[in-house]
Amino acid sequence: MSSLPCNTTNVDTPVVNVTEPRNVVRAFMVLGFFALCSLSSFAVDHRYIYFSAYLWFGFIYGMSLQYGRFCMASAIRDLFAVGVPRMAVGIMIAVVLFSLVSAYVTVAGKSTFHASPIGLYSVVGGLIFGIGMVYTGGCASGSLYKTGEGSMAALCVVLSLSFTQVFLVDAGGWLNHLVPATWAASALEKGLPAAVTPSDGWYDQFLAGYVWNLSATTVGELLGFKNPIAAAFIGNSLVNAIIPAIIILAAIYFNWYRKGYLRGKEAAYRGFRTELAGYWSMITASKRTAIAGLVLGVAAGLHMWVIQGLQQRLGIANAGELLAAMGHTAGLSIQDTVFDPGYFYITTQEAQGAAWVMQKLGYNVMDSIFFGLDNGVPNPLLNPVLWMSVSLIGGASVMALLNNEFQFKVPSLEIAFWAIFGGILMGIGARIGMGCNIGAFFATVTNGDPSGWLFGLGMTVGGLIGVKFFNWWIERKMAKEMAALDDF
Amino acid sequence: MAVKFEKMGEGSYMLDIQGYVCPHPQMYTKKGLEKLKQGDTLEVVFDNPSSGESIAAMCQANGDQILSQEKETGKSTMRWQIRKG
Repeated sequence: MSSLPCNTTNVDTPVVNVTEPRNVVRAFMVLGFFALCSLSSFAVDHRYIYFSAYLWFGFIYGMSLQYGRFCMASAIRDLFAVGVPRMAVGIMIAVVLFSLVSAYVTVAGKSTFHASPIGLYSVVGGLIFGIGMVYTGGCASGSLYKTGEGSMAALCVVLSLSFTQVFLVDAGGWLNHLVPATWAASALEKGLPAAVTPSDGWYDQFLAGYVWNLSATTVGELLGFKNPIAAAFIGNSLVNAIIPAIIILAAIYFNWYRKGYLRGKEAAYRGFRTELAGYWSMITASKRTAIAGLVLGVAAGLHMWVIQGLQQRLGIANAGELLAAMGHTAGLSIQDTVFDPGYFYITTQEAQGAAWVMQKLGYNVMDSIFFGLDNGVPNPLLNPVLWMSVSLIGGASVMALLNNEFQFKVPSLEIAFWAIFGGILMGIGARIGMGCNIGAFFATVTNGDPSGWLFGLGMTVGGLIGVKFFNWWIERKMAKEMAALDDF
Repeated sequence: MAVKFEKMGEGSYMLDIQGYVCPHPQMYTKKGLEKLKQGDTLEVVFDNPSSGESIAAMCQANGDQILSQEKETGKSTMRWQIRKG
C-alpha cells in the first residue's frame, strides 16, 4: 500500500499515480488490437473505413467517459442521493458544447440527425429507464465504459438490457390484448409488409399505431426560422439546449452547491458577484468531468460530420446499402437497411447483437417492425454501430489501464441481481422511450429535438424513485450492521 | 461479499464496501458518516473507482475532511480516512 496525501479543499487534487509498466503494455495491446482491426479491414475493402469511423469515435467516447466517470445515472443519482452535482454539471457542459457543434454541422449540411416524435411515451420510457439505471449503478453508456474497467456487473447490465429489448419488441400473445384497439387498427392501416405481422406483437402496434402517428420537429422548425443558421444556432442550440442547460445549472447551484460554497464566506459576501463566482466555481469544480464533457460534446458533433461525409463519398444513405454492395445481405431488413444512426447511440446495436444470438438459437425476430422492417440483424462482425460499442469498451479499458484502475471484478449475487433486474428495466425503458440516455436524451436535446427533454424529465423522476428505494434499502442494511455496536 | 461496519477504536470506525458498485459505496459512506459524531473518523474501503470522485465531492460539500487516500498497488482497492466535520 502506498500512502497518498489528499488536500480536501480541492477534490481534483492530483494524486500521484504513475502508470504501472504492465498496464502501459496492456493499454498498447488494446489500442493495437483496434488499430489492427481498422487497418486489416481497410486492406480487405476500403469501404470498411465506414466501420472504422464508428470504431474510432467509439474509442474516443470510451476514453472520455472513463476519464470523466461520465454517467447519466451518476448525474441524477448522486444529486438526489448524496447531494453531489459534479456529474450533472459535466453533462450540462457536454450538452452545451454538443449543441453548438451540432448546429455548425447542421448548417454545413452534414447532420445525420432525425428528430423523434413528440409524445408521452418519452416520459414513460425515461421513467422506467431512470429507475433501472439507479439499480444497476450505470446508464447505458456508463455500463459500457464500466465493462471496460473490468466490471462484470456492468457487463451483466449490458447483456440484460440487450436481451430484454429483443424479447420486448417481439412479444405478442396475451400482450396483444393490452394494446388499445385504436393502435391495432391504425397499425393495420399502414399497409405494412405481411412479413412483419403488424397485428401480432404489442411493440409493432405501439410503433405503427401510436408513435408513427405523432409529429416530430425541432425547435428551429417550430419557431419558424427561415434562415438555416438562425434555426440551428438560435432555435436548436440556444433555445433547446443552452438556455435549458443554464437554467438547470442554476437550479443545481441553488439547491445543491451554494450552501457548501458560501460556507465560511459570509463576511466576504458581495451579492450577485459572489453568486456568479459560486456558479462558475461549480462548473469548474471537477476538471476531469468538465474536460470529458468538452471532448464528448465536440467528438459527438464531429461524428455526425464524418459519417455524413463518408455517406456522401460512398454514395449511400445507410450502412445496409454498403453491406449489400459488399455482398453481405444476410440480416438486412426488408428495406435493405440496418441500424445506422450516424451519431453517438447506445442500446439498439446491443439489441441487434442479442437478436443475432437469439436467431442462431432458432428464435425469429425478423417478424417485428423493429428488426425486420427498420434495423435488421446483421452479423455482429458486420455491424458498424456495434463496432462503436465494442471500441467504446476498448477505449475505456485503455484509460482505466493508464490510470491503474482496470480490475477484473466478478459481482456478488446481490450486485448481479441489481445489475440484471435494473438492466431489464433499462431495456424496457429504452424501447418504450425509443432510446437511452444517449440516443433519446443527449443526442436529441443537442440537436433541437424537444422530445429529449421529455425523456430527460422521465429519467430524472425515475432516478428519484430509484434513489428513494435505495435510501430505504441501504438504511436498513446499515442499521443491521450497526446493531451490534453500542455507539449508535 | 457483504458490507462491513466495524469499530476500530474510540471514535474510529471502518466501512468495508469492496465489491460494491455505484451507487452503493457513496450511499453507504453517506449513511455511515451521518451516524458519526463530529471529529470521529471513518475508514472507507472500496474498489469502485467512479465512487471516489463522488465521495470526495460529498465530503467537500458537507465539510468532512479526507485525511488520507491510499490505493493498493496493482488493484483498484482504495482506503480513505475521513474525519466527520
